[in-house]
Amino acid sequence: MTALLGAIMGRLPIGWLQLIHSKTRLAAAMAGVAFANILVLVQLGIMGSLNNSILISYDLLDADIMISAENANTLTEGDNVARQRMFQALAVPGVQSALPFYVATADWERADGETTAFTTFGIDPKGAAFLNEELAPFVPLLRLRDTAVVDRGARGVDPDTLASISPGNPLRFEVSGVTLSAVDTMVGGGGFAGDGYMLVSDQTFHRIFANRSTGAPDHILVKIAADADPDAVLARLQAQFDGTGLRVRGFQDAALEDQAYQTTERPTGLIFGFGVVIGILVGIVIVYQILSTDVADHLAEYATFKAMGYGQSMFLGIVLEQAVILGILGFVPGVIVSWLLYEMLGAVTGLPVELTVATTAAVFAGTIIACLVSGAIATRRLAAADPADLF
Amino acid sequence: MDAPVHTPALPVVAAPPSIRVAGLNHWFGTGEARKQALFDVDLTVGAGSLTVLMGPSGSGKTTVLTLMGCLRDVQDGSVELLGHELNGAREADLVLYRRRLGFIFQAHNLHESLTARQNVMMGLQVHGHDNEAVQRKAAAHILSALGLDDRLDYLPGNLSGGQKQRVAVARALVGNPAIVFADEPTAALDKESGMTVVRILKELGRQRGTTTMMVTHDNRILELADRIVTMEDGRIVKDTAP
Ligand SMILES: Nc1ncnc2c1ncn2[C@@H]1O[C@H](COP(=O)(O)OP(=O)(O)OP(=O)(O)O)[C@@H](O)[C@H]1O
Ligand SMILES: [Mg+2]
Repeated sequence: MTALLGAIMGRLPIGWLQLIHSKTRLAAAMAGVAFANILVLVQLGIMGSLNNSILISYDLLDADIMISAENANTLTEGDNVARQRMFQALAVPGVQSALPFYVATADWERADGETTAFTTFGIDPKGAAFLNEELAPFVPLLRLRDTAVVDRGARGVDPDTLASISPGNPLRFEVSGVTLSAVDTMVGGGGFAGDGYMLVSDQTFHRIFANRSTGAPDHILVKIAADADPDAVLARLQAQFDGTGLRVRGFQDAALEDQAYQTTERPTGLIFGFGVVIGILVGIVIVYQILSTDVADHLAEYATFKAMGYGQSMFLGIVLEQAVILGILGFVPGVIVSWLLYEMLGAVTGLPVELTVATTAAVFAGTIIACLVSGAIATRRLAAADPADLF
Repeated sequence: MDAPVHTPALPVVAAPPSIRVAGLNHWFGTGEARKQALFDVDLTVGAGSLTVLMGPSGSGKTTVLTLMGCLRDVQDGSVELLGHELNGAREADLVLYRRRLGFIFQAHNLHESLTARQNVMMGLQVHGHDNEAVQRKAAAHILSALGLDDRLDYLPGNLSGGQKQRVAVARALVGNPAIVFADEPTAALDKESGMTVVRILKELGRQRGTTTMMVTHDNRILELADRIVTMEDGRIVKDTAP
């Protein structure tokens, strides 16, 4: 290792030799960097799963444009849209079809006394085209009153029970006084808002949520004719609903805006974002502390090097070399522990947490940069190395 | 000296004096605490000589040494080192001048995480014109000359005080400096090693014109000196050849 570093740097790897000389300090520094990495990675993992879970809702659907109330920042938040707007939308050139989309959370009080909250989509069975390819085939099953397709990964529900569900072996359960038959299962996923998804017909939806009016869906989903220019249709719809208190957005944009809103304007997102910042600061402070102590402990030796004719750049080199080495050595255990925590977190919460290569690479780059920043600050102590004090 | 010191391509300083000090004054502290440590010091040191600086504690010997060695800024007067005026010199130039000097400190100041050999290599690496293999060999060579051939890969923590000081001497000499500054270099050495070091310095002066400025109280060294300069209260009071 020493020979390798020496070859890379073209000089004795003094920083490295100094680090391995005081093993306890090295261990403490590695633990510090690893700890900061774990903080950052876990927060990012939760943020990422928040991001993913938001997108899941949109991925279950298939639409080009979404018409929502102005204050509808997420699928489930905000006011409703009058269904009559759908007919106005249908009259706009280039609009091929439109669907009133109902969504609400249904609480299933399970036999064990706990609750599973289903994010429930109410869809007109004629609007199967507005569901993704996996969900669309379920729509015929929903024509029967009080039938539902439930999330295979619904949090809190016995997985074996869910796995045994089929049209021939439905699961009966009660939601808001309505007994539903789950006749099949789909892949959704637990999120922050709900424990899983449930798909029902608009009729069934209104039986569960009796206070909801069929005339007031949450959103209106729009599909554009194949031969129409999507941007032009969007612009026409926006013009059509200008001043009505509605927002007309491309469906992807709506998803991304929802994501941005939940991660930057809601407390959950902010807390985790803040956690990332804290993690980075903790890392910088720990590495700074270690490196500046190391500089202070070697002042006489650095002063000797100065007397020998070494310039400032060589001392910067030593400290930055240490910074990078600490970054790398701390990152490895940090990632391993984080990965284990991700696995545990995913298993326990059912949240879609995943350690991606992109995140890992970004955090590695960030670690090295943060270490370099710490090192750069620590080098200020080098000024105290005065060769005149040596005699 | 039978074991030759490694020789980088440095010109041997010949006729002109190595050091010329004229009208040198120096003060420490500021305001009320400001105190003059040197008064109008004049001193010219020829190349290849071994000069011993003597005098009571606080007389200004170390101050003179650090000023001549580019370790302290010259405040008033002139110090000419190897033909370069140090008064008003830029820091970057001082760094370059230092590379032609060797320092032997009373405290050895070895780098604790580097082996004896690596510490000595640092004295060569600063010049940047030898590859590692050459540096390793040269370091081993000079350490052997100082009787440390079986301690090459020891860390300073595992060496005795005298051995550490000899490593520090090797580090100062390995780069073939034009001038060696030594402040009581033999204080931490046993008598025999102390004399070995001084003999090496003396021999270097004869062979290569290396100039040595040494502060010492050791009477035996005085016999080897070409010149003895005595200081008192910041002034040179006596300048003799033994
Ligand atoms: N960094 C400093 N700050 C303030 N005063 C200093 C400093 N260094 C030296 N002095 C003062 O300057 C004077 C000369 O000191 P110097 O160290 O040159 O003496 P010296 O002859 O080397 O003494 P010694 O034999 O004890 O090493 C002394 O009065 C000392 O107190
Ligand atoms: Mg002194």
